[in-house]
Amino acid sequence: MEELINKLKAEIIEVLNLEDISPGDIDAESPLFGEGGLGLDSIDALELIVLLEKNYEIKIENPQDGKTIFFSIKSMAEYITEHQAA
Amino acid sequence: MMDVYIKGLGNISPQNTADNSQFLDKIVEYDQNNLQVIHPVYKDHISPIKLRRMSRMIKMGIAASSICLDDAGITNPGAIITGTGFGCTGDTEKFLYAMVENDEQYLTPTAFMQSTHNTISGQIAIMLGCKSYNSTYVNRGSCFEAAFQDAMMLINEGEANDALIGGFDECTDKHYIITSRLGYWKDRDIKNTDLYTAGSSGSISGEGASFFAISKDGGSNSYAKIKAVNHFYKPDGFEEVERRIQSFLEANGHNPDSVDLVVNGLNGDEEGDLVYHHLMKGALKSSTHTCYKHLCGEYDVASAFGLWLACKILKTQTVPESVRVGNAPAGQINTVLVYNHFKSSYHGLFLLESC
Amino acid sequence: MSTKVLVTGLGVISSIGKNVQDTLKSIRELKSGVGQIDLLITRHRGDLPVGEIKQTDEELKETAGVSSLKALTRPTVLGMLAAREAVEDAGLIGDTEGTGFISANTVGGMGHTEQYCLDYINKEKEGDFLEYLGTHNCGDSTERIADYLNIKDYVTTINTACSSSANAIMLGARLIKNGIVKRVVAGGTDSLTRFTLNGFNTLMILAKEQCRPFDENRMGLNLGEGAGFIVLEAEEAANERGARVYSELKGYANTCDAYHQTASSPEGYGAASAMKKAIEHAGLKVEDIDYVNLHGTATQMNDLSEGNAIQNVFGDKVPDVSSTKGFTGHTLGAAGGIEAVFSNLSISENILFPNLNFTDQMNELNFSPLKVIKENAEVINVLSNSFGFGGNNTALLFSKV
Repeated sequence: MEELINKLKAEIIEVLNLEDISPGDIDAESPLFGEGGLGLDSIDALELIVLLEKNYEIKIENPQDGKTIFFSIKSMAEYITEHQAA
Repeated sequence: MMDVYIKGLGNISPQNTADNSQFLDKIVEYDQNNLQVIHPVYKDHISPIKLRRMSRMIKMGIAASSICLDDAGITNPGAIITGTGFGCTGDTEKFLYAMVENDEQYLTPTAFMQSTHNTISGQIAIMLGCKSYNSTYVNRGSCFEAAFQDAMMLINEGEANDALIGGFDECTDKHYIITSRLGYWKDRDIKNTDLYTAGSSGSISGEGASFFAISKDGGSNSYAKIKAVNHFYKPDGFEEVERRIQSFLEANGHNPDSVDLVVNGLNGDEEGDLVYHHLMKGALKSSTHTCYKHLCGEYDVASAFGLWLACKILKTQTVPESVRVGNAPAGQINTVLVYNHFKSSYHGLFLLESC
Repeated sequence: MSTKVLVTGLGVISSIGKNVQDTLKSIRELKSGVGQIDLLITRHRGDLPVGEIKQTDEELKETAGVSSLKALTRPTVLGMLAAREAVEDAGLIGDTEGTGFISANTVGGMGHTEQYCLDYINKEKEGDFLEYLGTHNCGDSTERIADYLNIKDYVTTINTACSSSANAIMLGARLIKNGIVKRVVAGGTDSLTRFTLNGFNTLMILAKEQCRPFDENRMGLNLGEGAGFIVLEAEEAANERGARVYSELKGYANTCDAYHQTASSPEGYGAASAMKKAIEHAGLKVEDIDYVNLHGTATQMNDLSEGNAIQNVFGDKVPDVSSTKGFTGHTLGAAGGIEAVFSNLSISENILFPNLNFTDQMNELNFSPLKVIKENAEVINVLSNSFGFGGNNTALLFSKV
């Protein structure tokens, strides 16, 4: 899990152009969206959906599901682990 | 049409024009035919969180608009109108080639969203919270003139007191290849300062983002009074161009003899430049002549650079040696005509007076 | 400034008809043009339905009588057909002195660009594709159509995404009122491309079935293609030649949401202010409006935002409203032009269009769109809404003369 979390941090920084942020700056449990976290928005969510499809072969059909899956890096990692095992 | 004043400038170009306190103090020379902009420090103009998603073109456009509004002291313009030949070319290519190369898979929305031609006018509105009129013109070499004319009409209609107008285009590597294949540029690399003496067909490629803030309220800090803007399509020979210019001047209380200075769109293409030479030797022979495309290159909204030059000349009452065609002006410069044509199809005119 | 601007010609082509008469017939038969993809080459065939015109570029060129001309893109030919119909309908073929042409589109010649872009950038490669090298610019189709109609006095193109051609029509009226031209052919044209299909797909707003505007269970939009143009004329010029008049373009307004790059604000601020301004500009009251041709794309966001805006403007007295996107799909840069034609037909034919595929009213709203076609309706004032990316909102108001 730890390894996956670090990998996800690096991937998110790359696809979302978070130039000034390093993986160490991101807390795996704090929210990715809205205030108090990374401050990502709905367009970032669509980018993350493609990231899951491209890098993890997991397809999310309903963008509404993104809200829970992309709550934090940790929730993303859990979702990936669960769906890749299945 | 009522009088309208140019209150602010923001010009990001292949010269050091982003700093409004300078005026072509030192010309940047290029020895290849693809002139690219000198980027300002974007973090000085755009917040880092907004910067992260912005492509090169969007940064250029947003920064130029912000420099312009600061210069004018306007925070919420009555309209935002842009003109662009190709919009955000880099974003369009990013999405297009990803689509073609990955067989329509794994595509993400950011580049697509930003590929829309009105993305810059929309993003400026979002950043300013400006809910007024917003439009974007995309008609090749006359889109900047059309945008400017729209803004002038809005003020004339009483719909707006002021407006932000911008012309922008970028030249990516791919765009340069395509426009080269279309025969737009000179076959061999030249020095930009030799543009008018190279004597061959084609010009040199350029790009830029030039914004203008206009207002119906004058004041001592204005650059110029803008009397009128017009554009026309596929005139029937030099005679029609001359006739159109004549009637444009007359409709605005002027004639060729009352024009002190002309900003010409000369671009080094032998054939395309003939009409400028025709006017310089003929109808407009009594004016002082200037040109600018060796500084910014040729692109769909290059005339916006020409208008910037006219504003700076009127405000500073100086004509830098680097833009002169022939002699320096004899006296005060009160009236300036900006004339440009794009591939002989689209012709644009701006008439300005000193304040 | 007091000049009245009259509509004296209509022209349209879309997946429900190749001209005005055809289109009316399809509407009366409740025939949607949205179905499976047959012509566009894409991996989304069979997956995403669209409003496709079932004629090849060559067939369309033949109809327009331009088979011998080179480098014509699909939006160019669609635009030629619709714009010529409008000019013919107005009785102005060969009489284009003092006329302007204002077109609109969103992706220019992208249909050929996406086919040939790898060849374009391969300097070594030669071939027939080179004729399309210069057709990508949005102004290309405008130029070709203007030349086809022999219009020279004022030529331009607007691209404000999905509100483009409504803005072209608004500009046309303003040019006439400002005395710059006496007549304008205005509207827009766009063809289906892989670029737009995939672009909208990444935003996850394309429906896998026929779209259901303003329905509680709407699943997104269908893209379409087509062109729609109208002839606008200064009242004096129209009267002088005894032109037949469809309506007066009495009001118009463009505002910006300034909310989000692609989504409109949930409360529909910009949409409401565009409608209010257009009504005010026309010197009318909200209760004077008989019908609103909605933008109604059937995305979650648009319909919620536009629905709230309608309630904000009309309160609990919402007039008849419907979206015609269920017929044509969303034709992007052509939508405002095509729907301006529909709005004028509503006035001239006394007909109100049904909102196809509607069953359940949205929970957030107090009104439903028209479910059935209304013939012999008294239609005096029609609002036509067009909204685009960048929060660009335009409302046009046509009135019976």
